[in-house]
Amino acid sequence: MIDQLARLLTYEFVQNAIAAGIVIAIVSGVVSRFVVARDMSFAVHALSELGFTGAAGFILIGLPPVLGLLAGSMITAVFIGTLGVRVRGRDAVIGVVMAFGLGLGVLFITLYPRYATEAFALLFGTITGVSRGDVLTLVAIGAAALAALAVVYRPLLFATIDPDVAEARGVPVPALAVIFLLILAAAVAEAVQVVGVLLILTLLITPGAAAERLTVRPGLATVYSVAIALGCTLGGILAALVTNAPVSVFVTTLSFGTYLAARFVIGPRIREGQRAIGRAARDSDAAAELANSG
Amino acid sequence: MTEPAVRFEGATLEYNGRQVWRDLSIAFERGSFVAILGPNGSGKTSLLRIVLGLASLSAGRVEVLGAPPRRGNPDIGYVPQHQTFDADLPLRGRDLVRLGVDGHRWGIGLPDSAADRRVAAAIASVDASAYADAALGRLSGGEQQRLRIAQALVGDPQLLLCDEPLANLDLRHQQGIADLIGGWRRGPGRTVLFVTHDVNPVLHLVDRVLFVVNGRWAAGTPDEVLTPERMSQLYGSHVDVLRVHGRILVVGEATGSGFNVDEPHHIPDPGLSHPAPPR
Repeated sequence: MIDQLARLLTYEFVQNAIAAGIVIAIVSGVVSRFVVARDMSFAVHALSELGFTGAAGFILIGLPPVLGLLAGSMITAVFIGTLGVRVRGRDAVIGVVMAFGLGLGVLFITLYPRYATEAFALLFGTITGVSRGDVLTLVAIGAAALAALAVVYRPLLFATIDPDVAEARGVPVPALAVIFLLILAAAVAEAVQVVGVLLILTLLITPGAAAERLTVRPGLATVYSVAIALGCTLGGILAALVTNAPVSVFVTTLSFGTYLAARFVIGPRIREGQRAIGRAARDSDAAAELANSG
Repeated sequence: MTEPAVRFEGATLEYNGRQVWRDLSIAFERGSFVAILGPNGSGKTSLLRIVLGLASLSAGRVEVLGAPPRRGNPDIGYVPQHQTFDADLPLRGRDLVRLGVDGHRWGIGLPDSAADRRVAAAIASVDASAYADAALGRLSGGEQQRLRIAQALVGDPQLLLCDEPLANLDLRHQQGIADLIGGWRRGPGRTVLFVTHDVNPVLHLVDRVLFVVNGRWAAGTPDEVLTPERMSQLYGSHVDVLRVHGRILVVGEATGSGFNVDEPHHIPDPGLSHPAPPR
């Protein structure tokens, strides 16, 4: 099997898939931390389904579907960001925009008879089919998203976990919400390449959700999330090449397995350590109090 | 310094066409502990937001530390209304306090030992060192609130704004938090604006009271303001001010639905007055 893998790695289409997979996984890992902390799973779904509409529209007029995906999810991000700033009502706005956008997607498919295979690929992932040109596009989108994340990372974390104090300290909380939606749109356009529109959450939720269970340190959680996304994406691509089954089958299985392990095997041990710290704190608190009262 | 910490001149606040309060003219001297009292919806939190530069007056002027309010003023520390953190959030108390140092700056934030030392000092100053490395969401309300105060104080502010910092805390923690803030205020020129619905836990610390109700306001020492005459005038109907067991209760027909200085849910639970026996 090692020989088989080594031989596969000499093919250009495999190298393309792995290069794109690395960039996509890094972006997904960082973004999924914020998706989980900001409770934005529904927004991810809307961005990816309307990315599908965008891709369908671009295919219809003869443009690259990757850019169509990006355009569709970016336009949706702007809509959600401007119409649904308040948390209450945000899901309603997302639902309204998503329903209309998907309707457009259905129209585009109907208008383009040869569309069926490409539509299937978009829905379930196509990473082993990406060309060198696609890889360059994906690397450019990914690099832009990572650069934007690097600039906003710290205030975005502040605005996510402690919005009232962040606002008081001068962090532009509403503007960051829109900026994060745009970054999320780019991440969606990337992750769709690996797992497709319908399975997008496996890369944009699961790594962040699993990482939360592994540490109490926010920076380390982001590192773990990236590592999980990388492991699942690359593992999924290689497993798919060896077995000829679709990539998304393996990525979703690996990420689900990682989540279960983090939640039920590794996480509980870390929580136990946490409880020990808490107990020690309360004991020293009680001891100090007894000393004071005595 | 002769400039007051905060000065309002003819300040009026409207919200959705309704006057929340009007023609507020008052100066809070540096070094004072000001309790801002009033029923829900009387614009107490809005007053803090105006001082923070996050909201504007409809009319009039306000000066904060000798200048117009501006967002993100590093001389102001802010303790918001208590909200518990999610139990699974990967965040330690130490991280929360660190955000108070440089969370507003762009970039990813690289290791910085000077900042770490300031964070450790702030945590020690609120006696939270023992649990600062535990998951914040797993701590008690009182422990979380101590870390919030460390976050507000880590930037060494001149003015501390607190919005109901004692809400949802048991009596023992209420007193601990109040004393912490009172202790900080004893430093040079340090001013506290303390929004609360219950003045009793901080009564021994308060120099000045600003009481806002129905768009009207009254200010002065607690003994000047918390009298049946002033309160009846403010509420526009008969109000009694009772002093029982060293506590102040403001009660009347008009206060029933809106405001009690001492609300019934603060009646002490006898189980809380003794430390729990060690396990």
